[in-house]
Amino acid sequence: MKIGDLTELAARNLREAVLRNSLTTLGISVGVASLVALLSLGVGLQQLVDRSVAHAGLFDTISVRSRQSNPLGGPGGGRGRPRDAADLEAPRPLDDAARKEIEALPNVLEVNPEVRFTAEARREPVSQLVMVAGMAASSQNSGTLDGLNGHFFSSADAQEAIVQGDLAKRLLDAGQAPASLLGQEITLRFAQRQALPPPSQQGANDAPTQAVGPDEEAMGFSIIPSEKKFLVVGVTPASDAGGGPVGLNNSGVYLPLAVAEKLQVVQQGDLRDVSRSNSAQGMRYAALNVRASSPSAVAQIEERVTHMGFAAFSLIDVTRNLRTFFAIFDLFLGIFGSLALAVASLGIINTLVMAILERRREIGVLKALGAADSDVRQLFFAEAGVMGLAGGLFGVLLGWAIGRAIQFATMIYLKRQGVTPPNIWSVPWWLVLGAIVFAVVVSLASGIYPASRAARLDPVEALRYE
Amino acid sequence: MNVPETTEASNGYAIRADRISRHYKMGEALIRAVDAITLDVGKGEFLALLGASGSGKSTLLNLMAGLDRPSSGTILAMGRDLAAMSSEELATHRNRTIGIVFQSFQLLPRMTLEENVELPLRLAELPRPERPGRVREALERVGLAARTRHRPTELSGGEQQRAAIARALVNQPMILLADEPTGNLDSKTGEEIMSLIAGIHRPPSGPGRTIVMVTHERVLAERYADRIITLSDGAISREERLR
Repeated sequence: MKIGDLTELAARNLREAVLRNSLTTLGISVGVASLVALLSLGVGLQQLVDRSVAHAGLFDTISVRSRQSNPLGGPGGGRGRPRDAADLEAPRPLDDAARKEIEALPNVLEVNPEVRFTAEARREPVSQLVMVAGMAASSQNSGTLDGLNGHFFSSADAQEAIVQGDLAKRLLDAGQAPASLLGQEITLRFAQRQALPPPSQQGANDAPTQAVGPDEEAMGFSIIPSEKKFLVVGVTPASDAGGGPVGLNNSGVYLPLAVAEKLQVVQQGDLRDVSRSNSAQGMRYAALNVRASSPSAVAQIEERVTHMGFAAFSLIDVTRNLRTFFAIFDLFLGIFGSLALAVASLGIINTLVMAILERRREIGVLKALGAADSDVRQLFFAEAGVMGLAGGLFGVLLGWAIGRAIQFATMIYLKRQGVTPPNIWSVPWWLVLGAIVFAVVVSLASGIYPASRAARLDPVEALRYE
Repeated sequence: MNVPETTEASNGYAIRADRISRHYKMGEALIRAVDAITLDVGKGEFLALLGASGSGKSTLLNLMAGLDRPSSGTILAMGRDLAAMSSEELATHRNRTIGIVFQSFQLLPRMTLEENVELPLRLAELPRPERPGRVREALERVGLAARTRHRPTELSGGEQQRAAIARALVNQPMILLADEPTGNLDSKTGEEIMSLIAGIHRPPSGPGRTIVMVTHERVLAERYADRIITLSDGAISREERLR
């Protein structure tokens, strides 16, 4: 029989026992709805986490350090992959040449030095020891500054600062709101490097400008205390809100990156890397933050950087575990959702077996008129398929409505708790399509036994049936 | 009897059965519903099968229809061995070569008359545009052109049987098998149905059809059939050629 005739006859048969078939279809719908509702929540939660991490720039950022100074140790850097030492270039200093070389790599958007140091923040009469970080303009939209009071730095070299809310509270008088710090100046006191004149020059003058110890001479720079005023243009809500590029989220004060660089601050690890200097060899960096064009390019860039002789670290490996967790989470949600569909499939079997008993004579007549076993089998399959398709379509709508209701209830609850409600519900197109296909497949599978039984009916016996 | 197996050799015969048997096991007992029957039905012949209840006439008709398979022996319809056919081939045989009319009409009550008559055309996968014409023609032939949208329950017994005949003929089969077509009808309506069947056997114009009819009404058989075979206990007990 042609597919059009088959579908027409199947639809006609389903209409005849409309109540029973509707209830069976509703059973499938409930199964599909539970599957869609649960998975949409699972997918929504996963997307929420992905969005947060991606928004914070964790997926597309690689931290590059000199292999000599790599605090994580090992030739492969932070990724902890054992590597054949012969494949790697010899360790190289992380200087301007290296920065330019990394910038030239494909899929690299920008390379910024990591400037991070401890300083004393002072607003008379209070002073606090804080962590200061240089912030690139590209980090403006990362999660670090979510809910910022005030504005971002007006220019790359503005003498401006963004202060975390908790620090602002400590610097202000008791009872003042953190935002009150906006427009005021704070002073940062820090240890500054000062380059020593070359030894030849020292000899020529024969009179050193300042007392230089033998250790400082070996380092190539001296350390002097320095301080600078900055205008507070932004205050973040709280220190624990949001993330940020690697290493930024725990800082108390942010400065424009270029400004922070020019401060020539002694950074953590500088004393260990005594070879770093501001000499004629050029600037050497503690670390560089490399931003990739997409998270998928991170691994390839990491590989290239490692082969260039540096240690590279990204959070891609760490987030892989998170993805595995969500895959398992979704699997369990899917299994629980499918249980209802499995129960519904028993309903389909029951309905179709009942239909065989009721339509025994009809099957006999069809066979007497020339229906082959395969025609009868296909007719019952088509009926199961139509129920599955209708159940799948209605189930997706029902699941969508249930998901919306859960999202709505969650929003109300979170708002009452004073939390900004995130979107924890998502119905991607593949879930809609997959749920409908799954419903049809389960229905067809449920139809196998009844369809085979109907096809095997002896026409002579069937025609005698009253 | 040596039964030829090729179409050429069976020219002149619509059905040839050679020592055909259909035995059932019911518990320990073996029921010989049809037992080693040999018979030929000529093309264009009207054969009536008579016999008491349980004599095996309906079983023999089912074997000719390909609704049942013989336990032994061979049966050829239009030169093709039904016993050797696959179930799919038998289905095609039932759809194209024969038309069947039952005592209890066997119309599908959920469908209208035209839908019932269209069923064999659907199974034959006839293109949709050709179907309405064929259905109308078949229903006109049995005088039901005005009742196409009615359901079987809205018709009298005679009308239902005429609709069943239209359904049996819509695919223009060579052989019409009728299992007690007047059994559920009063004598007057039965006469009308027999006249209709006789008209199908020998139409005023165009080719006639081979008809095998099971009946227990000897009078009707003698009036319309070319030959009568009487069955008893699954075997032929008497054969009479009338015309």
